[in-house]
Amino acid sequence: MVEGILFVIAGLAALAGAVTVVVARNPVYSAVGLLGTLFSVAVLYVLQLAHLVAAVQVIVYAGAVMTLFLFVIMLIGVDQEETRSESLPLQRIWVGMLAVGMILFAAGVTLFGDFEWVPAASATFIEGNTNGTIQAIAEPLFTDWVLAFEATALLLTIAAAAAVVLAQFKRKRS
Amino acid sequence: MVPVDWYMALAAALFLIGALGMLLRRNALVMFMCIELMLNAVNLTLISAGRVMNDINGQVAVFFILVVAAAEVVVGLAIIVAIFRRRATASVDELSELRG
Repeated sequence: MVEGILFVIAGLAALAGAVTVVVARNPVYSAVGLLGTLFSVAVLYVLQLAHLVAAVQVIVYAGAVMTLFLFVIMLIGVDQEETRSESLPLQRIWVGMLAVGMILFAAGVTLFGDFEWVPAASATFIEGNTNGTIQAIAEPLFTDWVLAFEATALLLTIAAAAAVVLAQFKRKRS
Repeated sequence: MVPVDWYMALAAALFLIGALGMLLRRNALVMFMCIELMLNAVNLTLISAGRVMNDINGQVAVFFILVVAAAEVVVGLAIIVAIFRRRATASVDELSELRG
């Protein structure tokens, strides 16, 4: 029951934030909307016992990534009006038709097809198995997935180096 | 316990909104945020599926996706800033140098 109430609140907040990202004219509003969505998704993670992932979501996404986004928005300037002219003919109409088609297709499949969201879902939910404590995550992370772990560490190092190189952009002398 | 269908439907809705934003907006930063939105929707499906399948590996996959997304944001924003310094615009419509 508590999970249901929290799901409705967090789900509506996530959807509201997502809509804000798309419709807001000012990029700062978009960033704040995304921030709300990220927090709401973190709440949904907690509801599903993914405690560590929820904490990492708040720290890394809502903390680091969104700060970076806001810094770049401030750097680039927020007062730039987005061009309203359409360089692709009928872009909005096509996108609207695509969206309606996707929604109708998904609704049709879920309502009338032989459809399950998670086909291999077990009927009995075992509480301990997916309780995402640090210990529970670390065990597969440092045994089965240690190679992937090292690879992502290398990836992060490369990304940091690449960001430094890109930031040292110098205007070409013509 | 909320049925997993609800989580999956919510994630699908978030993904759809992100995809629509990707198609509709021209500001490179906002498009980038829409990518983050779609990544989060996928993470939510992974967590939900991992829960009903009694498998912790769903959460491990989300962990990796978070790390890779952070790296992606760092490089992507650096590229946007570099483009902005050269062209003084963040609109993807004006980046047509590769047009044949």
